[in-house]
Amino acid sequence: MNLFSWGMYPKIKSNVFSLRDTESLCAYAEKTEEFIPYGNGRSYGDSALADNIVYTKPYNNFLAFDAQEGILECQAGVLLSEILDTLVKRGWFLKVTPGTKLITIGGAIASDVHGKNHHTEGCFSECIEEMTLMLPDGEIKSCKKGDALFHATCGGMGLTGVILSAKISLKKINSKHINQTTIKTKNLKETFEAFEKYKDMPYSVAWIDCLAKDEEIGKCLLMVGDFANDGDLEYKSKKKLTIPFTFPSFALNNLSVKAFNWLYYAKAPNGISKQKVDIDTFFYPLDAIGDWNKIYGSGGFTQYQFILPKESSFDGLKEILGKISASGKGSFLAVLKLYGKANDNYLSFPMEGYSLALDFKIETGLFELLDALDEVVVRHGGRIYLTKDVRVSRETFEQGYPLIETFRTFRKENNMDKKLQSLQSKRVCI
Amino acid sequence: MSYVLIIGAKSDIAKEVARIYAKNGYNLYLAARESASLEELKQDIALRSGVEVVLKEFDITAYETHESFYSSLEEKPLGAIVISGYMTEQKEAQKEWNKTLETINVNYTGAVSILNIIANDFEKERRGFIVGVSSVAGDRGRKANYIYGSAKAAFSAYLSGLRNRLYESGVQVLTVKPGFVHTKMTEHLDLPPKLTASPSEVAEDIFNAQQKGRNVLYTKPIWMVIMLIIKHIPEFLFKKMSI
Ligand SMILES: Cc1cc2nc3c(=O)[nH]c(=O)nc-3n(C[C@H](O)[C@H](O)[C@H](O)COP(=O)(O)OP(=O)(O)OC[C@H]3O[C@@H](n4cnc5c(N)ncnc54)[C@H](O)[C@@H]3O)c2cc1C
Ligand SMILES: NC(=O)c1ccc[n+]([C@@H]2O[C@H](COP(=O)([O-])OP(=O)(O)OC[C@H]3O[C@@H](n4cnc5c(N)ncnc54)[C@H](OP(=O)(O)O)[C@@H]3O)[C@@H](O)[C@H]2O)c1
Repeated sequence: MNLFSWGMYPKIKSNVFSLRDTESLCAYAEKTEEFIPYGNGRSYGDSALADNIVYTKPYNNFLAFDAQEGILECQAGVLLSEILDTLVKRGWFLKVTPGTKLITIGGAIASDVHGKNHHTEGCFSECIEEMTLMLPDGEIKSCKKGDALFHATCGGMGLTGVILSAKISLKKINSKHINQTTIKTKNLKETFEAFEKYKDMPYSVAWIDCLAKDEEIGKCLLMVGDFANDGDLEYKSKKKLTIPFTFPSFALNNLSVKAFNWLYYAKAPNGISKQKVDIDTFFYPLDAIGDWNKIYGSGGFTQYQFILPKESSFDGLKEILGKISASGKGSFLAVLKLYGKANDNYLSFPMEGYSLALDFKIETGLFELLDALDEVVVRHGGRIYLTKDVRVSRETFEQGYPLIETFRTFRKENNMDKKLQSLQSKRVCI
Repeated sequence: MSYVLIIGAKSDIAKEVARIYAKNGYNLYLAARESASLEELKQDIALRSGVEVVLKEFDITAYETHESFYSSLEEKPLGAIVISGYMTEQKEAQKEWNKTLETINVNYTGAVSILNIIANDFEKERRGFIVGVSSVAGDRGRKANYIYGSAKAAFSAYLSGLRNRLYESGVQVLTVKPGFVHTKMTEHLDLPPKLTASPSEVAEDIFNAQQKGRNVLYTKPIWMVIMLIIKHIPEFLFKKMSI
């Protein structure tokens, strides 16, 4: 069938095997030359794309819940949204969640995703007590922190096997509300200072205005927050709007310019304002519009996300934001975030420093621009996030991930390198 | 809370229907062949929703067992949802009588056999709802799929009559006509994404339509329009077409 991920680029034809039980997966793995797992296709690029995919979403049972410790065991196709639907009202939330709840547990582990609290809680792998996966030879293996298989699989982009189930430890909450503070800054220097000032807040993220020029480069709205304590756990997932057709992309930019300016000029008149918002508004604003990816038109789009070490973040970001603003390409808003320390996983993206993410419509000249940005990223010791990527070169990728050889060797030694391949893993020769 | 009986509980659509009824507080009888393999789903539902789930062995073509099956349900259900179905390649069904017969029996004869029993009970109790999952394929016979389609057409006609009969006793009958759905049944087919629903979308539509007391549900809704057009193509043209 026709297959693509969130960026809708590329679109390919694939054979789909739906995961329902381990016996048939084992038989499939044995007879299939090459394949890659596919969760809910919320990665932006080609990490879940290949001629043959194992569609893991149907494999989605809850297996056990320890209400004392807050540990949920479930199959890999369960969506984060399903966990929230059942457990928020019982006072549990995810320790780590990305900006969408529409991803599978398998996808969360394979990309070792992170959220607004990376600087305090780290990546998704931090909350994995244990997981099981099926290796390409059909063997089912469990692993936990400390095992090589664990550190290869978390962030391993599906290239070590099919994750089958995991035990996830959750966070106790006493409200479905978050007390949010919005701080507005005038330039990158102020933005960095604000991140430092609020770094003890558990959740933080900034929207950067990419049109700003010269002294105003890096102007932002920084949003920080923490769960309220009002005992209100009546969580009901919001009904979403849907975009029924593909959209001209200028419409999105106009919308986000309006939204940003409204917030920037109206909402925080003296620089700081406070709001009480619910889980969906705070963590998953984009999920409120189903299929917003169609807004970029049928040619698709990509998200460029890189991270720079803290020492070089200021200079690197300034240079990159300058280039983006000069190019006239890119979405109006970019997401900036201060990250905490890197973990021990071979290919996890985060490191201590600042990361920027923004969307680009696929068009001629785009990849040349992104190559030029890559050069700056690499020069400053940074790297590109694989789960968002569809075009990075092998060289850029390798320079950003010092443990790539460890990962390659691990795959070879365990006979994973032939069977498990995605378009991305072939492009960057993982 | 009352029980809902789901027949053909191993189907991908049924799994999501079960979850959504459980989420809304209904206890469940899950009936299927080799129902022991539903243990995991039972556990899943118990964890998500905390309702009672009872597994029941049931073969929709074993007509002689249907009376005793229904009387074995300790508490009679408030609703019954027939989701089981069987679709084979049209070409195979044309060649092999057994496959044609299986198609008719699973989709029509068996469903009638069990629903006759349930309808009598609900009519007597003057309460309850019956949901039958038919198909848009039953709206008009096409060369690509008319053996399955005709069995579904018969099932749709049965449900329509049943609705008419049970109206007076206040028993709701909902006919569900899915278009394309991504499930085991259609895994080998290349389905157009815009016209294809996921099992959870279908389940949500079914739940909402049943709760609102609706009669006929097309899911996705666009299928109502598509089938309206297809039904109105004059026969002299239709017979020459390949759709
Ligand atoms: C609106 C939006 C916001 C986002 N925000 C963030 C964010 O804040 N932080 C962040 O880190 N990410 C973010 N992402 C990216 C997203 O969280 C990741 O791409 C995630 O991996 C997607 O999961 P999925 O289930 O859709 O997997 P897919 O996109 O289908 O697959 C992603 C990767 O996981 C692998 N995989 C999937 N399932 C399995 C399995 N069972 N076993 C082994 N490998 C598997 C695939 O092979 C592939 O390499 C965002 C995405 C969107 C669309
Ligand atoms: N998928 C679509 O595009 C689509 C479109 C329109 C209508 N439908 C209808 O939707 C319903 C659900 O189908 P699905 O797509 O979810 O497919 P599915 O997963 O293949 O479900 C069909 C189910 O019917 C059960 N069944 C078959 N013969 C049976 C018998 N003799 N006794 C008891 N159960 C029996 C099967 O049980 P086993 O697991 O034991 O084999 C299976 O669980 C069917 O009525 C189908 O006709 C589907």
